[in-house]
Amino acid sequence: MARMKFLCDSDRCIECNACVTACKNEHEVPWGINRRRVVTINDGKPGERSISMACMHCTDSPCSAVCPVSCFYTTADAIVLHDKDLCIGCGYCFYACPFGAPQYPRVGNFGGRGKMDKCTYCAGGPQADNTLVEYTQYGANRIAEGKLPLCAEMCSTKALLAGDSDMIATIYRERVQKRGYGSGAWGWRTAYRETVGA
Amino acid sequence: MMRLSTYALLAALAAAPAVAPAGAQPASTQPAGPSATQAPQAQPPRPGAPEVQAPVPETGAGRGPAGQGQVPATTEPGRTTPAQQPVAPQVPVSAAPTPAPAAPAPMPFSDRGQQDASELELMATLRGERISGRVSIPDQRAANLIQPAGRSWREYHNVTLAWVGGIAVLGMLAILAVFYLTRGRIRMEHGYAGRTITRFNVFERANHWMVASCFIILGLSGLNLTFGRHLLLPVIGPEAFTAFSQWGKIAHNFLAFPFTLGLVLMLLLWAKDNIPAKLDIVWLKQGGGLIGKGHPPAGRFNAGQKMVFWITILGGGLVAASGYLLVFPFQVTNIEGQQWAHMAHSLISVLMIAAMLAHIYIGSLGMEHAFDAMGSGQVDINWARDHHSLWVEEELAKARETVAKGAKAAGAD
Repeated sequence: MARMKFLCDSDRCIECNACVTACKNEHEVPWGINRRRVVTINDGKPGERSISMACMHCTDSPCSAVCPVSCFYTTADAIVLHDKDLCIGCGYCFYACPFGAPQYPRVGNFGGRGKMDKCTYCAGGPQADNTLVEYTQYGANRIAEGKLPLCAEMCSTKALLAGDSDMIATIYRERVQKRGYGSGAWGWRTAYRETVGA
Repeated sequence: MMRLSTYALLAALAAAPAVAPAGAQPASTQPAGPSATQAPQAQPPRPGAPEVQAPVPETGAGRGPAGQGQVPATTEPGRTTPAQQPVAPQVPVSAAPTPAPAAPAPMPFSDRGQQDASELELMATLRGERISGRVSIPDQRAANLIQPAGRSWREYHNVTLAWVGGIAVLGMLAILAVFYLTRGRIRMEHGYAGRTITRFNVFERANHWMVASCFIILGLSGLNLTFGRHLLLPVIGPEAFTAFSQWGKIAHNFLAFPFTLGLVLMLLLWAKDNIPAKLDIVWLKQGGGLIGKGHPPAGRFNAGQKMVFWITILGGGLVAASGYLLVFPFQVTNIEGQQWAHMAHSLISVLMIAAMLAHIYIGSLGMEHAFDAMGSGQVDINWARDHHSLWVEEELAKARETVAKGAKAAGAD
């Protein structure tokens, strides 16, 4: 089985936010929930970079480690998913997540935050594949259709790569070799204890 | 044309000294980033020499430090800006290379190669910082790209808290069990006199039991969040456990309010009788009559009760304050504040649970007649004299005062 990951080549990302829009549209994500966002560091300064960030589907994921109801599970493709029927909306996964991936439909309204929502790597959830109930709860299941996450597919500069770890790391390394520079794979050290340099 | 453009470029840089220092780094620092290309390394870097500038890719020049992005505009001498015109004609087209130390070559890849994601992540982890930037969405929590502190919080939640909580709660239960088995139930030495004295009025008791019942539910639902998945989840299954935890969470959030109200009322009702005094040292030295024999003198509350009171007020106050930060997440603090609030909340809570187990024990099983003080509010005068001798004397003195004011017994005259 593949080991699915995201890799954002920040030397290519132009902060067009197409990945964010594609994600929101594909999964009909409600207002206020951002499964993916683009963060610009050193904005307006030398070394400015934009990085598209979502759930990194960590190895040894902190969210599942701290979940009080054990609602997380990892698929055979190493995609970290969760069961919204079991989630109690406690917010612990947000405290533990290094990437700020977990989102809640309601924030701070007297304790109830609703079921957590996060990037599913376009792989839906524990419901039967491509059913209405799965779509309502988790959004589209492109993985079940043999497709990759839409954010990466949509990326106009191909900055955001999705796919098997070895394949996207090879693509990235080839790019770095060819153009001569690259800042590495953002979040990979934190998520996988692995680095992808030049 | 290549040489011409190079000299024009140098001249343009020389004419704009204000922008030159931005790029005035030695060319030998070019391969600073680990991803720097092999191209500059192949040629010996010579500051200011045309050979260094030749391999400049378009991206490098355009993305250089401030001001250098405009450099390509001067590749044709005839199209220089008016400000640069006095300089441009001075450039000899076929002369020897002009020494231009003030205008070194722009770095081929400028700062693009200087940032390394994994290095930044490592540094942020070691420094306890977050990598954050700007987002174009309203949710500013999303501006944190990576917060390595989440791993430390996970370690706290899964390891530290589990051990501290487990040892505190189970350890206290073990101590109480040993105490019960060795010391047994503390009996009333002089038996019941049959006459009672009001220890706590109905308002005090109602408030106590409001706080107590809230505390028990808050404590159990809180412990469930840490230990439930290991102890209860395998027994009752995921669906039932989620339902239980969901209700526990709702109860936890809402009972926080009566609990806090009760703490405030407790403070108003009992603080004046719980101010530490010299007598408390005597009481503690004698082991409060729990360990030793006999009953050291005590006022309305003995030193042990005063400790329970202040643990409740101070600990409960901190737990309430941190709890409100958690129940209104991100209203006051950021992610770091939320993590600290949780750590303070949970750590103080498990220690308070341990302390309250001892309080519950001595107020029920551990001591004969102690429960009635908070149950019916009436305690036997013998029990009161044993445990709160000074308080009984005060109460009796007060009672005599009211009688002495010219009152006569009914039918006395």
